[in-house]
Amino acid sequence: MEKELLRLERVNKSYDGRQILEDLDLTIHENEFVTLLGPSGCGKTTILRLIGGFETPDSGKIWFDGQDITHLQPEKRQVNTVFQKYSLFSHMDVAENIAFGLKLKGKSASYIRDKIKYALKLVNLDGYEHARVTQMSGGQQQRIAIARAIVNEPKVLLLDEPLSALDLKLRQNMQRELVKIKRELGITFVFVTHDQEEALSMSDTVVVMNQGWIQQIGTPENVYNEPENAFVADFIGDSNIIDGIMVRDKLVHLLGKDIPCINTGFGENVPVDVQIRPEDIQICAPEDGQFTGRIKQVVFKGTVYDITIEAGGFEWLVQTITGHEQGKEVGIKLAASNIQIMAKPESEDEEAVSDE
Amino acid sequence: MNERLSSQRFLALPFGIWATLFIVLPLFFVLWNGLKDVENGGFTLVHLQTVLQWEYLKALGLSVELALISTFICLVLAYPLCLILRERKESRGLLVFVLFLLPLWMNSLLTTMAWQTILEKHGLINMFLQSVGLPEVHIINTPLAIIIGMVYNFLPYMVLPLYVAINRIDSSIIEAARDLGANPYQTFRRVLLPLSMPGIVSGSTMVFIPALTTFVISALLGGNKVLLVGNIIEQEFTAAYDWQLGSALSMVLMVFIILNILLEAFTDNGEQAKKGVRP
Repeated sequence: MEKELLRLERVNKSYDGRQILEDLDLTIHENEFVTLLGPSGCGKTTILRLIGGFETPDSGKIWFDGQDITHLQPEKRQVNTVFQKYSLFSHMDVAENIAFGLKLKGKSASYIRDKIKYALKLVNLDGYEHARVTQMSGGQQQRIAIARAIVNEPKVLLLDEPLSALDLKLRQNMQRELVKIKRELGITFVFVTHDQEEALSMSDTVVVMNQGWIQQIGTPENVYNEPENAFVADFIGDSNIIDGIMVRDKLVHLLGKDIPCINTGFGENVPVDVQIRPEDIQICAPEDGQFTGRIKQVVFKGTVYDITIEAGGFEWLVQTITGHEQGKEVGIKLAASNIQIMAKPESEDEEAVSDE
Repeated sequence: MNERLSSQRFLALPFGIWATLFIVLPLFFVLWNGLKDVENGGFTLVHLQTVLQWEYLKALGLSVELALISTFICLVLAYPLCLILRERKESRGLLVFVLFLLPLWMNSLLTTMAWQTILEKHGLINMFLQSVGLPEVHIINTPLAIIIGMVYNFLPYMVLPLYVAINRIDSSIIEAARDLGANPYQTFRRVLLPLSMPGIVSGSTMVFIPALTTFVISALLGGNKVLLVGNIIEQEFTAAYDWQLGSALSMVLMVFIILNILLEAFTDNGEQAKKGVRP
């Protein structure tokens, strides 16, 4: 892991008596692509605003490159922000927008010209110097906002749901381009989104948040394959989450049956949340299955079929590439390695509640 | 399409009649009177020439000067207020807003008379100054009194358009400027001020024109010591019965008003062109 660049230390923040962040600790490294992921109101944008300097924590400290920047004015921080609503200056053309920060720093005209050219090339908008920003499409405006931020050579680029206003195709393009830009610049990106797919496909590190609490920090594979709790499992991708009891290491009691798994270290006869991804469930003949049930519903989703199976008193969501007949008796088979065991939340506060 | 157009025309009819009767016809009446040759019939520029006399030019000059000063004071008072109101949109902000707009709903004749009693020789201000042992001040019947009256009466006309323009600026635009390294003053100078320019221009127009043409405020607070062009026009029509000169003065005044409106339209158009509509 690279050197530590940014650290939030026991940060508390509340608005109008409502606690948004509580004793939050978060460390961000150099050249890292960090995504803060969570439902709206989970505090992810507040973290970004604290780093940007638009909010001050009620208590706690923010460290940047070894310096305490908790109370530093936004204009003095070595970070730049790409805002959700682009926030371009409508009374300036593209070049003037991009030059805004550089002019304030008193850079020479030729330096500014070169920087504008470089930045426009980077965001694939060469030759747009004198276009009116208000005449550009949402995607183009977003690129200008990125160009305007990066010409200042920040050490950290903060991106506040920058793609949420774009349509799907454009969004996917921009996702790829952002990763490319990030690689080219070699700086830290802190990206805020509520879109789990976006988070998984772009980041080095995903920080899953809910109600002001960090639920899990890990690589995309990490949070998808080994969610630490039911909230993470439910928020990222589709999941079947079932109450179970860990009988002993590698054996879980689930819907009346003892099922082998690979998790250890939970103790004996401990209540747990059991997560199984819908694509990890195998449909088989009733006599071969660990559970037997009936297909309730089949929905074609394009690449997969969403199949709802009622078995063992639970409605299972199963995803398959081939279709199945509604009403058919089937069996369900679970491979031990595909069963994820998660500890139940310890306190009310941590109780994971999904917005959806 | 045609049907819609004709029904729209039909709906515009009441206003059309109103405008013709009470706006267009009076304008022609003023033009006709201002150019009419009373002795020989036909038209003449002799009344307009009369306007060029020193006392009329002086009144016109003073009117423009006082209107400009009042407009500037209104702008300086209203701008910070609108910035504050923009920050806090909750109920307390609304109360302040209503307080500033209050003069709009009060009869301006009454409020101006109230100012008379405040500013006059034995008025409230001098009573107060006397009671604390300070020398009296002479405000009534001076240009200062007129400016106070104008600012009080016309401030809402500045606040309204300015508030709309400033309130429309998204707070993330201001944050973006700070983020890019602008300190609060630079943010104001390079972002807030240019973006609020349409509001500044239309607010200034809305204060400048009534301030330029007022005769009630100058009559009540200026006595007969300070004559503005509005007072002279009023006297020409009501006391001297020289409708020709009164009309000629009105025409000259109208030139200023039209110039002002053109300026506003120009800035507005500039804004439109910048924002642009994609072809």
